[in-house]
Amino acid sequence: MFDLAQAAVEGALAAGATYADARAMVTATEGLSARNGVLERLSRNESAGVGVRALIGSSWGFFATPEPDGVRARRAGEEAAAIAKASALVPGPPMELAGVGAAQAHWDSPCEEHPFTVSVSERGDLLVAATATMKAVAGVGVAQAHMHAWDTEKWFVSSQGHRISQHLVECGTSMEATAVGEAETQRRSYGGIGGIWGTRGYEMIRAADLAGNAQRVGEEAVALLSAPECPPAVTDLILGREQLALQIHESVGHAIELDRILGWEAAFAGTSFLDLAELGRLRYGSELMNITADATLPGALGSFGYDDEGTPAQRVDIVKGGIWVGVLSGRDSASVAGLPPGGMVRSDGWNHLPMVRMTNVGILPGESSLEEMIAATDDGVYMETNRSWSIDDKRLNFQFGCEVGYEVKNGRLGRLLRNPTYTGITPQFWGSLDMLGGPDEWVFWGTPNCGKGQPQQYGHTGHPAVPGRFRGVRVGVRSR
Amino acid sequence: MRDLDGACDYVLGKVGDRAEAEVTVVQGRSALTRFANSYIHQNVAQDFRWARLRVSAGGRLASASTDRTDDEGLTGLVERTLAAAQLRAVDPDWPGLAPPARAPEVRSYDEATHFADPALRAEVVRDFVDAGEGLRAAGFCDSDGSFVAFANSAGQRLEGRRSSSTIEAIHRTAMSDGRGWQSSSRLSDIDGSATGRTAAEKARRGDDLVALEPGRYEVVLEPSCLANMLEFLRDGFNARTFAEGRSFVELGEGQLDPSITLWDDATDPRAISRGFDAEGTPKRRLDLVRAGVPVALCHDRRTAAKAGTESTGHGMAGGESAGAWAQNLFMAPGARSPGELIASVERGLLVTEFWYTRILDPKTQVVTGLTRNGTFLIEGGRVVGGVPNLRFTQSYVDALRPGNVLGIADDARLFNGTYHVPTVRLASWNFTGGAKG
Repeated sequence: MFDLAQAAVEGALAAGATYADARAMVTATEGLSARNGVLERLSRNESAGVGVRALIGSSWGFFATPEPDGVRARRAGEEAAAIAKASALVPGPPMELAGVGAAQAHWDSPCEEHPFTVSVSERGDLLVAATATMKAVAGVGVAQAHMHAWDTEKWFVSSQGHRISQHLVECGTSMEATAVGEAETQRRSYGGIGGIWGTRGYEMIRAADLAGNAQRVGEEAVALLSAPECPPAVTDLILGREQLALQIHESVGHAIELDRILGWEAAFAGTSFLDLAELGRLRYGSELMNITADATLPGALGSFGYDDEGTPAQRVDIVKGGIWVGVLSGRDSASVAGLPPGGMVRSDGWNHLPMVRMTNVGILPGESSLEEMIAATDDGVYMETNRSWSIDDKRLNFQFGCEVGYEVKNGRLGRLLRNPTYTGITPQFWGSLDMLGGPDEWVFWGTPNCGKGQPQQYGHTGHPAVPGRFRGVRVGVRSR
Repeated sequence: MRDLDGACDYVLGKVGDRAEAEVTVVQGRSALTRFANSYIHQNVAQDFRWARLRVSAGGRLASASTDRTDDEGLTGLVERTLAAAQLRAVDPDWPGLAPPARAPEVRSYDEATHFADPALRAEVVRDFVDAGEGLRAAGFCDSDGSFVAFANSAGQRLEGRRSSSTIEAIHRTAMSDGRGWQSSSRLSDIDGSATGRTAAEKARRGDDLVALEPGRYEVVLEPSCLANMLEFLRDGFNARTFAEGRSFVELGEGQLDPSITLWDDATDPRAISRGFDAEGTPKRRLDLVRAGVPVALCHDRRTAAKAGTESTGHGMAGGESAGAWAQNLFMAPGARSPGELIASVERGLLVTEFWYTRILDPKTQVVTGLTRNGTFLIEGGRVVGGVPNLRFTQSYVDALRPGNVLGIADDARLFNGTYHVPTVRLASWNFTGGAKG
């Protein structure tokens, strides 16, 4: 496969590219879903192709082709160069690339038990049993459980001498119960941001314990239907760690993408409230806020050996003691900003142009615990598990809904609350963080469907997080 | 490499009498030219060719897909899918394959768009950028086309083709963004200058920002906002959602304003579609709402069999999980111009676009999101200035209840290749926050 990538690069260079790189990829995926005690879907997909980037002037040209042979791969390179040349009709400043060493290497993700080696019947039985347990709870209308696994091999070659192969195994699982009432539905799910995901093997799914949580998930979905609605208030808010992961993803992870900051995503994903002139000075949050982007965390969903530009995985400080100090970058954006390249450029397949992507953007643990936060709160709300998320195109104004909330009164959890929502402005919200869970509560959450780019791509990102307490937050936003 | 029909035949031949089978083979090219800061920075294209197979071996279902469509790849697809089916329990709700039937001719294909040279898209982009006369521009212009062949072991055989092209882009001042967009099955229809002028005018109009407190306001919503509303509301017409009690739809009840009429029609020349669905059922027009009254649901073969009716041609790949979705929605336009709707508002807001909308509950259709790329204050029937983006928390069904629709404009057009919708004037919209909270 290296030869195919090499042929694509040579085709692009011969057609006038000043720089070219190519990825040959072979991917196999498998998805299983169960619904109400029946295995509903079993799909298996495979994909192979070559995608090549050619740089001419101010624009990338990219072309991808399936079922490549040497001739097709070379032609793909030529097409990429021709597409880049067409951009000259609307030109900009010449694109430069920040320098990185031309690695020649191989990397395998950690995997104790490959998901594809576990029989489909065993995996299916796990989902069927979980949904049957949830559905057996009186009042549960729909019970669903899912499992997905990816096996990806990549061969990367650049005109600067990179020659890198990687083999990644990723998987994840989730389940949810929906209770249907007269006027509304209530959902309770298990897992983090839509599931438990990692760059790991089936050992992660074995440890997820769907069976042990199914009954509780079903009962909580039904209980929500008759719970009082989260009242409007400005109060102290304690977020469960998986909701804090989502908060980080939306209000930090996307805001620090350098392509957004530079305006390259302005029309679709949006820009950022961050201005590079304030890097190193802007207060993003309280002193408890320490955020890193760390692609080297073993088993996290945003981990890899090398990004799709051949830059080694690395850990980068993003927020230190509440001060904004870093960005997510690639070779082109880093060059424009005059920053070192962060190795954060990936695509979701051979057929898409690599772009700046979150790696594992997460918060470093503090010294408290969820138990201590609740005990230290006289009047507040505890919320858990994301249900909806919405944030503006500068990543400033957000409103998130959670599946479940609880009153916190005089240091204890009180009544269950349905439809809990909270809203805020990013730096003010993070500035109100005053308690943070410790290392024992640190979990590497992940999301496998982060949408960005045009054509839209779905990235795999990781988000280490702990529970946290925020002071004076507006909760209970309603439609009436 | 076999042609698409030949690939279908090969797959069905390999399955033989081991299972009922349906196969879809698609081949095409998609290309997209992206610009920001007023220059093209990403310019991409891909060829694609893939096959999808679904089998039922005595009611044991499995599906798989591959983009390896040589004989070896297709053979692997067949064996992999059949092996997976053997691991499944018998599905008691398997409705069987679509019987042979002719599909309507759909005229949404243009060869010049399918195989467009990147220079043609660059020209559209240049026209958009130039129309801003110095404003910063960002967005994309794309073009794509594909051929599809479908065959099943019940004897149904169909072919289709389609193309599409879109420009969606903004012009930006220091204070404000304005948006322009256009979709068609033909790249040659796309007018970069006109969309650029629209975007630039909105951006400049929004420069004069008026502070506004959150609250309930009368609104004039442009077509992209209506498209966003239908994106959520259409799930209510999914027969699967309905059967599970998660839909807002009450068939036969006057839930919506009598001025609202909705239908789905892939055969309309203004639609971008093919003449059949993923299961090989021919497309036809389906009225969903007549004068505010929901009258029908979208069915695939599975939901239709359970409901004792026929598929309406809305089957999706993976429909076992997703159900049946309207994909070519039309909303009946009114007789007045958008300008007349604005002129009839004493105090309210004109909204260009909704952004990052997320549903809180499918039954109540409560959605939160923001306005973007052009939000304006209307006073005394005139646009008097731009307004910073606002957050809303609003039930989309409640917004369209009887009496809440104060006017529908005559400017219906295609958005996102799926929704043909006009500008509307609504009595009330619940804005729950501004850009600063």
